[in-house]
Amino acid sequence: MTEQTMSTPAPQQRTATAPGLTGRLRGLSDRAIAWLFIGPTMLLLLAINIFPLIWTVYLSFTNYRANQPGREVKWVGTRNYERLLGSEDIWGYLQATAHFVVWTMLLQVILGLGLALLINRGFRTASFWTTLILIPMMLSPAVVGTFWTYIFQPQTGIFSYIIDWFAGTGALDMIGAPHLAPWTIVIVDTWMWTPYIMLLCLAGLRSIPPYLYEAAEIDRANALQKFWYITLPRVLPFLMLAVLFRGIENFKMFDMVVELTSGGPGSVTELASINLKREAFENWKTGYSSAFAIILFVTVFGLGNIYVKALNRVKS
Amino acid sequence: MTDAAAPAPASGTTSATPAKSAPRRLPLKPGEASGGARFFAGLLVIGYALIAMIPLVWIFATSFKSPPDSIAYPPEVIFEPTLEGYVNLFTSRTRQTAEYIESLGPPQTWYEELVRKRNMVISGPSRFADRYWNSVVIGFGSTFLAVFLGTLAAYAFSRFKVPLKDDLMFFILSTRMMPPIAVAIPIYLMYRELGLSDTAAGMILLYTAVNLSLSVWLLKGFVDEIPREYEEAAVVDGYTRLQAFRKVILPQMRAGIAATAIFCLIFAWNEYAFALLLTSGEAQTAPPFIPIIIGEGGLDWPAVAAGTTLFLLPVVIFTVLLRNQLLRGITFGAVRK
Repeated sequence: MTEQTMSTPAPQQRTATAPGLTGRLRGLSDRAIAWLFIGPTMLLLLAINIFPLIWTVYLSFTNYRANQPGREVKWVGTRNYERLLGSEDIWGYLQATAHFVVWTMLLQVILGLGLALLINRGFRTASFWTTLILIPMMLSPAVVGTFWTYIFQPQTGIFSYIIDWFAGTGALDMIGAPHLAPWTIVIVDTWMWTPYIMLLCLAGLRSIPPYLYEAAEIDRANALQKFWYITLPRVLPFLMLAVLFRGIENFKMFDMVVELTSGGPGSVTELASINLKREAFENWKTGYSSAFAIILFVTVFGLGNIYVKALNRVKS
Repeated sequence: MTDAAAPAPASGTTSATPAKSAPRRLPLKPGEASGGARFFAGLLVIGYALIAMIPLVWIFATSFKSPPDSIAYPPEVIFEPTLEGYVNLFTSRTRQTAEYIESLGPPQTWYEELVRKRNMVISGPSRFADRYWNSVVIGFGSTFLAVFLGTLAAYAFSRFKVPLKDDLMFFILSTRMMPPIAVAIPIYLMYRELGLSDTAAGMILLYTAVNLSLSVWLLKGFVDEIPREYEEAAVVDGYTRLQAFRKVILPQMRAGIAATAIFCLIFAWNEYAFALLLTSGEAQTAPPFIPIIIGEGGLDWPAVAAGTTLFLLPVVIFTVLLRNQLLRGITFGAVRK
């Protein structure tokens, strides 16, 4: 940084004015200002993201246990990774995660795109109802998970009561029954995040210039053709963006599901992040869970790369 | 589906009045949704909105129920409202014998009266107010820092030639993608070494780092929208770069900074994973606390509902205020309507 400041002769020429901090700042070159402005942000991110990440990589090759700080730390090579990839349980957790990600995305795309198409028809008071629909996605996922456990109570909960009233299913133990719990977390996530997909689809729909439809009208295109050849191609980049972002977020899902089912019953809703927390902060297998964290991180980072590319494409 | 349909949602106003007359009087263009189709679409959307609101309305209603009413079967839609949930949320109570309560004399306050009806005596305040206050301090502290650092960085990225600019911007965004639990392991160890675990300062630093990605990206979008000519004119008038930034750019960014701050605040307010793992007695925020509000014989649902209501209400208000910026916020500034 000093080198860049010195490379500009400007500061020396204006020594006539008062020195002091402002005096010195005044003369800073653009380049120095740029580094001064970006530096703190970069330093903080390095300290709180990159340094811990490197530490995690190191820990993943050791047998360190955070609850026994005095114990000798041994280098175990790739044993943690071998144990992870060879473990049947891990594949089970990844399967639960995949079930969650695939179904939430599918339902949210159908509902979100559907709602966006309906809202885009422009009925009276549409913006009021749109705002209402958007509220759930801004709420705290952990608190959302908590109050849905109340709604899902098998005897006294309102969800079971309403479903029973319509379909006569009897009391539904949405959280306690192994065949229902995976769907419970899908329902709550869909309630919470359909608005996200809807909002991005709306943005896509609004980016379509009306003359395209007018031209299609002249060509006597029917409604389905118009949807397939005009609407869908224009909305798809936005939809992709939304699905990628939410897909990544749901792959990492922790807070909402911890409060709702905490991985149970058994381990049917034990998503990858939940198991990682269990191994790291309940079983204190720090080395082993660091390896797990690295595997998750690499996956997320790969997907994140694609997301940023999509983001830049939508931007332009 | 064409321009006649656009004004109502695009204008983003909650009131229906501006859109009321305009779209109706326009003649239908070929292929445009007819009045009937629009009505039907509206019905479906309103139906979804109403169903989606049930859980929130239900939890709000539960916060005014008495504990027996909250676990009644069938679920009670009409009930006698009481503030017991809120009283239980803010106090801790002990069960006492009738004789003991008799010996205390008449209750001094309305909330004591409410508690004594259940054969209980207030033994002191609960920890909820502390947890809520922690959320406020950590939320505002980290928001201030994230927006302050973010504004500087966003300005530099927008206006100056920075080497590897795209890579740096990508790096900043990629920190947002990290799974919190994966980062939490070393941060837990690091904070333990530095004495930052379970402190507000530690949480503020952490949330600042997490929010920086959003704040830099969003604010850069806002700076990009301010024409460069403004500063150039200021520099021609004898301002230095920094003066131009302070006196020309910053005032122009005010709305963008406000929107960014609200997004950062909501994130810090809602965060759970780090709060759960890195705080316990001192600096714990409300999200890990609300689920463990225990009454006699399990969760005290009206108190949980009361805590939930008080916790979610500010976010709901901010969401309504911010509705026109939401799209921008959730796409890191990439999509602007």
